[in-house]
Amino acid sequence: MALRLPSKVLKHILSFIDSNEDRNSVSLVCKSWFETERKTRKRVFVGNCYAVTPAAVARRFPEMRSLTLKGKPHFADYNLVPDGWGGYACPWIEAMAAKSPSLEEIRLKRMVVTDECLERIAASFKDFKVLVLTSCEGFSTDGIAAIASTCRNLRVLELRECIVEDLGGDWLSYFPETSTSLVSLDFSCLDSEVKISDLERLVSRSPNLKSLKLNPAVTLDGLVSILRRAPQLTELGTGSFAAELKPEAFTKLSKAFSNCKQLQSLSGLWDVLPEYLPALYSVCPGLTSLNLSYATVRMPDLVELLRRCSKLQKLWVMDLIEDKGLEAVASYCKELRELRVFPSEPDLDATNIPVTEQGLVYVSKGCRKLESVLYFCVQFTNAALITIARKRPNLKCFRLCVIEPFAPDYKTNEPLDKGFKAIAEGCKDLRRLSVSGLLSDKAFKYIGKHAKKVRMLSIAFAGDSDLMLHHLLSGCQSLKKLEIRDCPFGDTALLENAAKLETMRSLWMSSCFVSFGACKLLSQKMPRLNVEVIDEHPPKTRPESSPVERIYIYRTVAGPRMDTPEFVWTLHKNPEIGVSKLAIK
Amino acid sequence: MDEFINLKETELRLGLPGTENVCEEKETVSCCNNSNKRALPSGSENETESSTRKTETSPPRKAQIVGWPPVRSYRIKNNIQTKKNETDHEVQGSYVKVSMDGAPYLRKIDPSCYKGYSELLKALEVMFKFSVGEYFEREGYKGSDFVPTYEDKDGDWMLVGDVPWEMFLCTCKRLRIMKGSEAKGLGCGV
Repeated sequence: MALRLPSKVLKHILSFIDSNEDRNSVSLVCKSWFETERKTRKRVFVGNCYAVTPAAVARRFPEMRSLTLKGKPHFADYNLVPDGWGGYACPWIEAMAAKSPSLEEIRLKRMVVTDECLERIAASFKDFKVLVLTSCEGFSTDGIAAIASTCRNLRVLELRECIVEDLGGDWLSYFPETSTSLVSLDFSCLDSEVKISDLERLVSRSPNLKSLKLNPAVTLDGLVSILRRAPQLTELGTGSFAAELKPEAFTKLSKAFSNCKQLQSLSGLWDVLPEYLPALYSVCPGLTSLNLSYATVRMPDLVELLRRCSKLQKLWVMDLIEDKGLEAVASYCKELRELRVFPSEPDLDATNIPVTEQGLVYVSKGCRKLESVLYFCVQFTNAALITIARKRPNLKCFRLCVIEPFAPDYKTNEPLDKGFKAIAEGCKDLRRLSVSGLLSDKAFKYIGKHAKKVRMLSIAFAGDSDLMLHHLLSGCQSLKKLEIRDCPFGDTALLENAAKLETMRSLWMSSCFVSFGACKLLSQKMPRLNVEVIDEHPPKTRPESSPVERIYIYRTVAGPRMDTPEFVWTLHKNPEIGVSKLAIK
Repeated sequence: MDEFINLKETELRLGLPGTENVCEEKETVSCCNNSNKRALPSGSENETESSTRKTETSPPRKAQIVGWPPVRSYRIKNNIQTKKNETDHEVQGSYVKVSMDGAPYLRKIDPSCYKGYSELLKALEVMFKFSVGEYFEREGYKGSDFVPTYEDKDGDWMLVGDVPWEMFLCTCKRLRIMKGSEAKGLGCGV
């Protein structure tokens, strides 16, 4: 008879385990461990809001204090998911309001949130502390005002890149008049002006404020006045940096920054004029995170700034930094862990992007701690990829976007197979990979075989045949999210590897060659998957063998969803359409 | 594995599946692409998906591919804004409301259509059938009951003509033609 760990002891042990992956493993050991674990889990993460019902989550985790939800698939960021697809927060909020009133933290990503939803949150959770909305939409500043006014213990209110119906800056005045418990406020995505006096007073009565991200409507004068009142900030998102160049303005700004001795993270900097950059010099030595991706600053002003940032761990910048600038980063920013280089002209025609593969090679060589890369450029070479893999085997996230679709190695005219093979083989801890450029089936054979820890894989404009998808789905042991666009993948590989799909969170394929017939067959074969065909053309009118525009497949224990719009077809919706003979060659 | 080779369906295409549009062959990109220096298109909404053929003579505008390159629309929107501000106050067409005290309804004009203050004021005079008097740097407008003012980015009401034209174009949010005693206070200097 096996020894049983007393549940009190297990509970105590579990109190040290935060990672949900570990907790998920714990819950699989036996029923009593499952019970103890579920009763002690405080932070719940649901990677796909349609994978499980809100009621089931509330039931399973009675002590839940924090809920994180993700809605739309990642490619929604690039307008590949039509409006109205889904991802509604309301049913979750309703369920939690009823079953988990002690909820304190809600984090939502790519979901549709309404004002009613926000009002419900404000009204239902007495001790509500944290609201973080990332890439969400569907609400207005009225909803924000409701949160601000009702949640007396609010610590964190962050709107990250949301689409908000901006009805004006009044919402800011809704925070309680007495001192607030605010630690973090991010309203950088709002358009309209807030009254500076409101902001000043809010900051003055928020002694715990550590992170503040302003919107572009806040002027430099406003910024100075805020900084004076909050020199304790560790994270700052500035407003607009454009203002008439007056010497007094510069001095005031410089002084204000120099008083912020704890500043570690700086972002915003919209419209920043190079003449104002020196005002930031005093904080540079302490910065660990710098987001210049909205600043149209060029060389050499960029280097002047960056060479002072010796502690920098995270740098987001536009390609205006050029290879030269990246060479400088490689020599000054030795602590760099994450680099993102965005295109200043995100246009298919932009062939004069000033960074090349050389820039990334410099950083890979010089920054030993580099583990996360997002890089946009026009073309690449296998040699560069091989060097990067060799120098930086510690890469965890490698997202390369070669803007020119099907661009081969421009020096040898070969596909980039060898290069990505080196990355997959060499970077053994790689968890996230985005590939681009000209790639043949071979590349995916390598990736399937070697990328053992890759959980998320993004592919566009690649491949020769179905073999590619087959390599990926039959390999890639840890694959959880696969998103593919404009590749010649089709039915056979999908159907042959259907079982793999239950081990993954989701699969997205758009502009590929999956037929409607295959979708129906897959739906029927795999009841624990939701197979969604997202297509502007009604399914009834299309023949079985015709390719669909987009499919989104995800595992779920919630069954088919009931909130699909017209352009989303699921088997559940049209049960009368039987599965006829498939025409797969 | 033979059935995987030479599948007709796996012909590489860039168009919407199922459409008749002829697509590009696998292009081999030449290294010398630097002739394609292009400005950001003014309508950067990549709504249409259509394929074009690459010619030998001059590379045509490439196909507008939805969602490519994969940059969040939030970032593109902001980039356009920053580029607008960066290119030396080169303001893109933007209409501002014009009101006149006593007039029953407002009008809208695009100040950037005019080359300078005199043209703008002439246009306003015609639009509202009034006369604006003469502008003096210190004393403001003299010789008329009407004074043209504008609201700037900071929300303050300023006298039209005080700042350089380029700066005015950037900061002007709306126009108001004041009349009577209110006007006198503003128009007659300090």
